[in-house]
Amino acid sequence: MSPTPQEYNKMSQKAAPGSKLWRNMLVAFLVGGVICTIGQGAMSWMQSLGLSREDGGAVTSVFLIFLSALLTGLNCYDDIAKHAGAGTLVPITGFANAMVSPALEFKREGFILGVGAKMFSIAGPVILYGSAASVVYGLILAIFG
Amino acid sequence: MAVKTGKHTYLLENTPSVLSFGAVGSKKEAEGPLGQYFDVINPDSSFGESSWEKAESKLVQISVGQALSKGNFEPEQIDLAFAGDLLNQCIGSVYGLRDLGIPFVGLYGACSTMAESLALAALFVDAAIAKKALAVTSSHFCSAERQFRFPLEYGGQRPPTAQWTVTGSGACVVGESAAAPYVRAVTIGCIEDLGIKDANNMGAAMAPAAAKTIARYLADTHTRPEDYDMILTGDLGQVGSALLEQLLAQEKIDLKGRHQDCGLLIYDRQQQDVHAGGSGCGCAASVLCSFILPRIRQGILGDVLFVATGALMSPTSSMQGESIPGVAHLVYLSASSRRKGVE
Repeated sequence: MSPTPQEYNKMSQKAAPGSKLWRNMLVAFLVGGVICTIGQGAMSWMQSLGLSREDGGAVTSVFLIFLSALLTGLNCYDDIAKHAGAGTLVPITGFANAMVSPALEFKREGFILGVGAKMFSIAGPVILYGSAASVVYGLILAIFG
Repeated sequence: MAVKTGKHTYLLENTPSVLSFGAVGSKKEAEGPLGQYFDVINPDSSFGESSWEKAESKLVQISVGQALSKGNFEPEQIDLAFAGDLLNQCIGSVYGLRDLGIPFVGLYGACSTMAESLALAALFVDAAIAKKALAVTSSHFCSAERQFRFPLEYGGQRPPTAQWTVTGSGACVVGESAAAPYVRAVTIGCIEDLGIKDANNMGAAMAPAAAKTIARYLADTHTRPEDYDMILTGDLGQVGSALLEQLLAQEKIDLKGRHQDCGLLIYDRQQQDVHAGGSGCGCAASVLCSFILPRIRQGILGDVLFVATGALMSPTSSMQGESIPGVAHLVYLSASSRRKGVE
């Protein structure tokens, strides 16, 4: 007889191989760490050239975004991310990749409805809810700070 | 004329033949265990076209061209074309067949479309309302990714249950009974849904449909798995194949090592980073047309139940949290014109 959806859900969970959690976490830690080290290196270099901490941070962000966009365009970023997972997703590089990859993918549909509209399909929610959260945080700070 | 037996199965009394067939693939398919059997391999997955959708239509053109030229047929000799693919509004098939002038029946059965189109082509020929009918389906990794998942260059991790959409196409010309492979029976599947919602686990979503269709066919024809050399599912992959055997075991059906899956045959899962196996309309179609049909023609395989499975969800239904319904259609292909089971 056919199993119920609940029974089948259990069967399919049992049949599905698990992710290699420890390996994935280790690679994510190492790759994420390397990206942050590159960022810190760029930041220290900027500061040694006389930029303030704030300006150095801004330049570092621009540098990492550029690097991520370049690697995405060169068809390398997804190959690194396949192994690195959250290691490449969480830093600002992941955000840049999420903007550039749909822009590349949908350029066939033209610059308005393709690149323009689809560019935000992955990163858009992050921008929206990030902005909304910052407003809430700002209000809390204004009232209680 | 086809005779209905049981609730779901049609026996094809006139035993139409699959007269000719063609299969095309790309680089990853060429690197797989079946690479040498494809008629055409183009390592450039864009097939020289400016978009992935055009590349998929090119796959259709090439596989149909192969099927026609191998049988020395002209497009004018084909009475009907049954075709479908995974893209919205089946544009892979539409643009692929646009210039041929063959009466066109567009089908959507997701990855089950090869069995669906082959079943309909065989039924039309068996009923003598078509002399020759074409069945063709295709899929392309890149066009499927951009429609159902993420942009190609997006850096994400695929879960171990995910499958790799085959870049390939297969086409068959079905005609009046002449030589093996013969189409002896077809079973049209029902939509089955056991509540799987994970679009990265389509093998699990489709396995119940495959199990039901196989069980119904065996019951309708009073045959057993031992009566066949191979029971070939479309693209259940590793997870779905395991679940199929468990579901059939619950119905007291043991496939006794006769089960194979196109999604597991087409790639080397250890070497090719395809996780649970291949998928897509082109998976079942290209494995059938490159590897299985020639073996039936040569008599290496005698009786094969070809059961292509499809996951009938859309990006919209997935986003709205709907579960994934599956469907499986069965085509009984044989090297001999003497049927087993019900006479």
